Amino acid sequence: MNDTYDLRSGELHIEVHKFRAGAIVLATAFALVLQAFLPIYFPKAAILDLPLLVTIYFGLSRRNPSTGLLLGMAIGILQDSLSGRTVPLGLYGIAKTVIGYLASSIGARLDTEHPAARFALTVAFFALHQGLIVLTRRLLLSQPEPWFTMHLGVAALINAVVAVFLFMLLDRLRKPS
Amino acid sequence: MVGIPSRHKSLFLLGGVVLLQVLLLAVQIKRDSQGRLIRVWTVGAVSPFERAGAHGISHVRDTWNHYFALQNTSRENEELKRENGALKLQITQLQSKAAEADRLAGLLKFRQTNLDVPMVSARVIFGSADSASQTIYLDRGERDGIRPNMGVITPDGVVGKVIECYKDTAQVLLLTDEHSGVGAMMAESRIQKPVGGTGEPLLQLKYVSNEDNSVNPGDRIVTSGTDRIFPGDLPVGTIADIKPGSTFKQIRVRPAANLERLEEVFVLLTLKPLEMKQDSAAPNTESVPASTPSAAVTAPAKPVKP
Repeated sequence: MNDTYDLRSGELHIEVHKFRAGAIVLATAFALVLQAFLPIYFPKAAILDLPLLVTIYFGLSRRNPSTGLLLGMAIGILQDSLSGRTVPLGLYGIAKTVIGYLASSIGARLDTEHPAARFALTVAFFALHQGLIVLTRRLLLSQPEPWFTMHLGVAALINAVVAVFLFMLLDRLRKPS
Repeated sequence: MVGIPSRHKSLFLLGGVVLLQVLLLAVQIKRDSQGRLIRVWTVGAVSPFERAGAHGISHVRDTWNHYFALQNTSRENEELKRENGALKLQITQLQSKAAEADRLAGLLKFRQTNLDVPMVSARVIFGSADSASQTIYLDRGERDGIRPNMGVITPDGVVGKVIECYKDTAQVLLLTDEHSGVGAMMAESRIQKPVGGTGEPLLQLKYVSNEDNSVNPGDRIVTSGTDRIFPGDLPVGTIADIKPGSTFKQIRVRPAANLERLEEVFVLLTLKPLEMKQDSAAPNTESVPASTPSAAVTAPAKPVKP
């Protein structure tokens, strides 16, 4: 994979980041474990969607749509597997596949290193992720769910704030360019 | 065959992956299956980390609760210890007061039963300065009408007699003193025998011959009234044990009154022979002479010369 990406005829060079060996797998596993673990001791932590944040981060950083959507699919299906029998396999898988793809595509076109950009993108991706889940439930599972609630709005903002700091931590897993 | 442009490869891949997952959902709905195998694998892979995390959290919580949080617990423990000490002291004081109330209630009952007997209650204020003599001092003396040779009793039985009188105190020779004695008799057989002290906690019933088999351990001994100090039928004690002697049996008697823990006593304010009612007789207000004030419990009375 190329380390740099010439986006607009050499005007802007957007770097494609590589990570240390096993960093993506470990970070993904850690996010999944924490997602299942934290709400037991800290119930309010259930508002976080750490697998989604990891999907967004690696999608934005890797900037390869194919890698991004496959990583999103894997994370989503694993999250489905840990979510219990009320969540069929594929529900989060579909949503995170799309998010992984979009994050990678957008990351290839925009500079997503700035915290403000990360915050805004996370809010947008969170809303889209939730919209995809509701759509899947309505269309495929016949489970009517509201498109938007105040709780979801707050959750989007909180996840975006957490994402800013989490992404800074994950930046440390990058290989030096 | 038409090749797929490279820039659209990822889009086709996205469509394929999403379609695959939609089919996966459809299969689960159709067969009511929940993808058990994938779940088992995932849960099996994640559960060791969850278990380790739970153990770690528990360890951290325990450490916090049992170490850092103990800084406050230590302070609370000190406060509770102080509070506990104060409560123990209060309980001791209350128990002491309750015991005193019981004693006073017994004295009052005894006094009400014998309203026609002139007596004054007194408190034991100290004992003998030497261990050889068995004496006590009372907080009442000549001013209260107490004179030497007056009998001292408790509701339980005979205590001793006044041997010295002062203005506000009186010295009492206890029945257990080796120089002390009381005219007594067996409660059942009415056989009269003197009882004397030995300088020990137990008394001695004297002059019972070795051939006399009418005396048995557990027999009650009461005053006979012949010593002109105590009225008749006051409890003196019970026979504790009997041993044969050279001429007379050695009979030891356990005093009826608890002479080792005396706090309040009655002094009989007369030197004349008295008739006392049995303790079993319930207080009967109708039989109390109208001229006898109940305040006589503490009121001094003039001694009657024999």
